[in-house]
Amino acid sequence: MRKYILKRIGISLLTVFVLATVVFFLARLMPGGPFSDPKISATARENLAHYYGFDKPLIEQYFTYLGNLLHGNFGYSTKYPGQTVNALLASSFPYSADLGLRALCFAISFGLVFGVMSALNRGNGIDLFFVIVAVIGTSVPDFIMGAILQHFFGYKWGLLPIAQYKDITYTILPSVGLGFYTMASVSRIMRASMLEVVQQDYIKTARAKGVSNFRITWKHQIRNAIMPVITILGPIVASVLTGTFVIESVFAIPGMGKYYVESVQNNDYSMILGMTVFYGAFLVFCNMIVDILYGLIDPRIRISK
Amino acid sequence: MTEETKAAAVGALTDEDFAVVGKNLEQMESISRPILTFWQEVWRRIRKNKVAYFSLLLLTLYALLAIFAPMLSRYGFDDQDAYAMRQGLSATHWLGTDSLGRDLWVRVWMGARVSLSIGLTAALINSVIGTVIGGFCGYYGGKLDMLIMRLIDVIYGIPSLIVCILVMIVLGSGVKSLIVAMVITGWAGSCRFTRGEVLRLKEQEFVLAARVMGEPVFSIIVRELIPNIMGLLITNLAMAIPGAIFQEAFLSYIGLGIAPPQASWGVLAKEGTKMLKIAPHMLYVPAFFICTTVLALNQLGNGLRDAFDPRLRGME
Repeated sequence: MRKYILKRIGISLLTVFVLATVVFFLARLMPGGPFSDPKISATARENLAHYYGFDKPLIEQYFTYLGNLLHGNFGYSTKYPGQTVNALLASSFPYSADLGLRALCFAISFGLVFGVMSALNRGNGIDLFFVIVAVIGTSVPDFIMGAILQHFFGYKWGLLPIAQYKDITYTILPSVGLGFYTMASVSRIMRASMLEVVQQDYIKTARAKGVSNFRITWKHQIRNAIMPVITILGPIVASVLTGTFVIESVFAIPGMGKYYVESVQNNDYSMILGMTVFYGAFLVFCNMIVDILYGLIDPRIRISK
Repeated sequence: MTEETKAAAVGALTDEDFAVVGKNLEQMESISRPILTFWQEVWRRIRKNKVAYFSLLLLTLYALLAIFAPMLSRYGFDDQDAYAMRQGLSATHWLGTDSLGRDLWVRVWMGARVSLSIGLTAALINSVIGTVIGGFCGYYGGKLDMLIMRLIDVIYGIPSLIVCILVMIVLGSGVKSLIVAMVITGWAGSCRFTRGEVLRLKEQEFVLAARVMGEPVFSIIVRELIPNIMGLLITNLAMAIPGAIFQEAFLSYIGLGIAPPQASWGVLAKEGTKMLKIAPHMLYVPAFFICTTVLALNQLGNGLRDAFDPRLRGME
């Protein structure tokens, strides 16, 4: 087990390192430097380059950059002087984390319940309803889902606030919009897995022993069927967290994703790169946790990997 | 049936009833049903699967409309008309107009050209690269395989959207950069998949037979192994296109994908979300086409999987 965990940590660290390196060199490849504005005089440009350390050799810049990252310094904006990635993250990350967690809770709990109900009612109207919800859910991109929810619940029927993020009523629409796709895929996987488990011999054994239907469903079927859902938790976390990008812009939530998209639209390269490293490292970390948890839950994984 | 009637029935039979008819060797060996090749069999199963067949027809229709609709319409995709802004669905503008008075019917199909071709090309290039590299890695194994697998671990670790965003920033927006961005991250999945399948198949007897007969390695991979996983590869291809369409929509939405006035479904949906309150059809029209296409591709993928391997039928 220790070997497995160490290996996972090793791969994750390597991934973050590769990401940071790629980001650094891509930044140097980008068309137009940060001070290419023709209005800036040559001397001013030199001074600026000196101030930000761009006149030093590339290798030295690279090591300074890595050192900064190790100290948790993710960079600064070259467009808006004085603004740093760290300050932005400190103000915006809590919103994104809150939204992401809510969406994950919604997606996983509703997905599991829908999948189980669908499988237990196999073939009848209830099953058909949940299958259709799942099929539609997996074919709508999340920003369109968000906009549609906004249009109906917020604007036409006036049930819930359209945008911003203040109290719990504000959080419902963005969480549902963000989590819907994931909810649908969890429900599909859970349904398939439930139907597969019900054919297993141990279910027959339990039935033959006279275990009650309720107990079979709870203790044998659902517990075993949940494994494939846990396998895809890593990708799920990643997709929900990247989904915050657009959902936050749709609902005007002051989270990381909204600022990220704004930096992209403002061509604020240094800001984008700093946030990318943070964001990537965070996702790699989440994935690592999920992988380790999975190894803890299912011993077969540790051996096969 | 009582004992008596049984006895009576047996009694009614005489020895003559058991005469040897003789055997016709030719008849015994002849095949009574028409011979179907593997692909004919697959096609027959697809035809029988109503949902998959309907999806295939719908996708073909979309593809044809994407090719011909913009040519046959009297509006250009960037013709603006200040007197017909944000109109709903009507006889003159079938799907209405956008906020610059451009005809949405034409723009949707121009967008389909971009979105569908990006989806198809990216998925196709990914699976070709992935299959070749994965095939060789799986067959040879060894240090290079180890190295490539670690590389794939790293690529998997970084969320593909982040890589896409970085690549798009460096290369600038446009169809080509979108495809490049998707290929950089996308090949890893099909590579890992092919490698696994090749590892599974290469120990089987038909590969051994080919080796004994002195078939070169390249030909073993291309002629023996890949045809055996072709079905799964095609299924994966159909399943990968929706991902690429979503990705294009996402990147265009945050302003990195396709730049207006060029249309893609992502661009149209983005313009639609801005005008949702005033002209909801501007979102619902592209949303309808994105969703039905992805839906059809997913259903077709399911149908293909069942058609290639009927044992998997009913799994989800």
